[in-house]
Amino acid sequence: MTALLGKDLVGLEHLSPDQIRLILDTAEPFKEVSERPIKKVPALRGKTIVNLFFEASTRTRISFEFAEKRLSADTVNVAASGSSVQKGETLVDTAKNLEAMRIDMVVIRHPSSGAAQFLGNRIRSNVVNAGDGQHEHPTQALLDLLTIRDRYGKIAGLKVCLVGDILHSRVARSNIWGLLKLGAEVGVCGPDTLMPRGIEQLGVCRFRRIEEAIEWADVLNVLRLQLERMERGFIPSLREYYRVFGVTVERLDRAPRELTIMHPGPMNRGVEIDSRVADGSHSVILAQVTNGVAVRMAVLYLLAGGRPELAEAANRAAAPPPE
Amino acid sequence: MRPLLLQGGRVIDPSRDFDRTTDVLVQDGKIAALGAGLGSPDGVDVRDVRGKVVAPGLVDVHVHLREPGNEDVETIASGTRAAVAGGFTAVCAMPNTDPVTDNQAAVGFIVRQAARAGLARVFPIGAISVGQRGEHLSEFGEMVAAGAVAVSDDGKPVVSSHLMRTALEYARTFGVPVADHCEEPTLATGGVMHEGLVSTRLGLKGIPAAAEEIMVGRDILLAELTGGHVHLCHMSTRGSVELIRRAKEQGLRVTAEVTPHHLTLTDHACEGYDTHAKMNPPLREAADVAALRAALKQGVIDCIASDHAPHAYDAKEAAFDDAPFGIVGLETAFAVAYTELVLGGALTLPELIARMSSAPAAAFRLPGGALTPGAPADIVVLDITARWTVDPANFHSKSRNSPFAGRTLTGRPVLTLVGGAVVHEADGTTL
Amino acid sequence: MSRPERTTILDARALSRALQRMAVEVLELAHGTEDLLLMGIQRRGVELAERIAKQIETDEGVAVPRGALDITLYRDDLQTVGPKPVIGETRIPGDLTGKHVVIVDDVLYTGRTVRAALDELADFGRPKRISLCVLVDRGGRELPIQPDIVGKQVKVNHGERVDVLVQELDGRDEVEVVHKGGLG
Repeated sequence: MTALLGKDLVGLEHLSPDQIRLILDTAEPFKEVSERPIKKVPALRGKTIVNLFFEASTRTRISFEFAEKRLSADTVNVAASGSSVQKGETLVDTAKNLEAMRIDMVVIRHPSSGAAQFLGNRIRSNVVNAGDGQHEHPTQALLDLLTIRDRYGKIAGLKVCLVGDILHSRVARSNIWGLLKLGAEVGVCGPDTLMPRGIEQLGVCRFRRIEEAIEWADVLNVLRLQLERMERGFIPSLREYYRVFGVTVERLDRAPRELTIMHPGPMNRGVEIDSRVADGSHSVILAQVTNGVAVRMAVLYLLAGGRPELAEAANRAAAPPPE
Repeated sequence: MRPLLLQGGRVIDPSRDFDRTTDVLVQDGKIAALGAGLGSPDGVDVRDVRGKVVAPGLVDVHVHLREPGNEDVETIASGTRAAVAGGFTAVCAMPNTDPVTDNQAAVGFIVRQAARAGLARVFPIGAISVGQRGEHLSEFGEMVAAGAVAVSDDGKPVVSSHLMRTALEYARTFGVPVADHCEEPTLATGGVMHEGLVSTRLGLKGIPAAAEEIMVGRDILLAELTGGHVHLCHMSTRGSVELIRRAKEQGLRVTAEVTPHHLTLTDHACEGYDTHAKMNPPLREAADVAALRAALKQGVIDCIASDHAPHAYDAKEAAFDDAPFGIVGLETAFAVAYTELVLGGALTLPELIARMSSAPAAAFRLPGGALTPGAPADIVVLDITARWTVDPANFHSKSRNSPFAGRTLTGRPVLTLVGGAVVHEADGTTL
Repeated sequence: MSRPERTTILDARALSRALQRMAVEVLELAHGTEDLLLMGIQRRGVELAERIAKQIETDEGVAVPRGALDITLYRDDLQTVGPKPVIGETRIPGDLTGKHVVIVDDVLYTGRTVRAALDELADFGRPKRISLCVLVDRGGRELPIQPDIVGKQVKVNHGERVDVLVQELDGRDEVEVVHKGGLG
């Protein structure tokens, strides 16, 4: 057993396959906790966690908050609007203030890529990246991985295609790293205007037509199309996007095999995904939401101990004796 | 002032391919004589510079001294102090001050402040457009009369091709180059680093090489149209190099500069969101670095310029998107270039000295860059064996934003003379 | 490091006899099987509970509900030892309210595991009674917790370890004491 996770979870790019598997395996028992009559365990009792959201996010924040509360942590939510951040406080000052308040963990969502790492490098508390700019959104990718594993019993060898705005998507980047590390084949599909430079060099297949992606894939992870992308000229219109790249029932009907449809939410029905697909039998979108809480509990739990060398020693002592 | 004899050094004068061990006598602010065994008559201050290199004082055609307006991060006094510590005897000050250096009074202020500091020579660059707003031409004639040696809207590109055309045409009357920061703004907006695989991985918005090359191409075409002298600032891409090569083959009046960091660092320096690697133009790829080095060797790119850009000590303590562009470079330029380019085999020492003294002086038609008898005694003595570790805390500049912090480099100026006066000695004493 | 020094305190036959006797004691303690529920503590307590339950089934001809409890998330030492990487299954067979829950574990030492198990059980309901049944009581309690049923009492020094091996997980049935210097 190597070091568990280190101090922070900034992204999946620098995690080992074993570390990713550890998080997924740890998430399994946490699924059960959410099914209990009292959905709470005392594992993080007395820990203080700040949810520092510089960007509006309902889902991710609520999911983290449930995870924290079900682990018995004390949580404080700081949203950008109305906070000192909006009054011009720099990220480094925010970091120093949090440090001075002796908190244990920070869950940060920030519009700038690298903000989570920046914070993690400057405070002793554990930092969990809840999405930084266009860099990574590791817990979203982990819950996607868990959902795929639940469905297929494995990840290696599956063909998973990310569809839509890869250029601006932190979800896409985290998914690419996580899927590749666990042995999946990864495809990306969307217009060239929404593809980052050099994406193929990460080891992914490139599809320019949604029909080709559907023919190839076992799983489609349909990304949210930010409506502002149209305003900024990356696509001519939502109508045309839906016509050319929309994941529709008609297109899925022509697939050679049963596909699994995922979406990180919130969905733009009728833009990137047909409502009948989102609500249909292929969809595991709500399972993703359920798994989100379990995965986040696992991450918080694994980071909380924070002294992997001791955990390692404890494991050795607790292990069954060698023959 | 007592005459000064620099005795027994390796004297390199790139202006006339001179490279031999000899003595240099400095008298009345000028180079009085070169030759072996000039002796040491009474009253002459003799410096033993055996084992050292004696070269023309380095010339930097692109620095930001921040005065007036941002004296908290640099002043003309602190910036020229950093310059002489880095072996530079002349620097050209970019006009993106606050207020903008776009009139004769502003140019005169810089000249006076530089004279008061009494360290390196400062040659102001006037703004191309009033307020650098890219609309109306500034008064080139009056600014040149007050001491400006070039015009530039550096920090911003000249977006309007019409403005660039008229600037090139109008500058011909005064014989000054028009220096352009080449960046096509609609491609570069919001970009914080080179667009490539690293920006994709970091999720940072990229600035494609084409954003620079489009403007390089445009400026070359306008130089051809007008017959004006365009100087291309801080070139960063292999595509730009090819455009310049063709322009020079055509005989157009095009000169170009490159920074030490673009010659030595790639976009990988941005990994881990190191804001000290955030500059504009951004650090590019290894193939660009190789092309820039070859171009410098061949003279396709004329000279090295530092693009010394001081920022407040805490400005770079920010998320990558929020940090300012630019680094300080005056105090590391020679050592970085010597360590990486000369010891790395890309240039000879005389070539490097040429690219940092005679060539920039020629490009901007400045005095200096030569060790001929009768020339002003702007001289640097270099210890090319000294190994030192960059510690920004020791910089003379008021700012500390350097990506080379912690690097061990070889080569360092030990004595800098401006007009025959000792303005820097490596042991720390000045004047 | 020297080779582990091990002393067998229960061999396969002795272990089997101990479990048979414990099954009888469980029945006596619970006055039959009506409200009885066995709750094994992960990991080896689960196997032992299973065997005791089977024994009762053989003797009485009645199925005894049993569950599994992983107390990792209720430990009080997360701060010092860090998270245990793999958390076992917790499986509760129906409502605990009104039941007589017998917690089954392999070794009783400081009592902290049992304390955690009691906390965890309380989150699942309100049993009318909770009893404690352990295969080995090695002494060394740090909390006021005593077992109701003990398979084998043995005095083991601090720094030594009791290993319970079961066929299902370890390939053989045996209980050993691992002495100082033998702890890898």
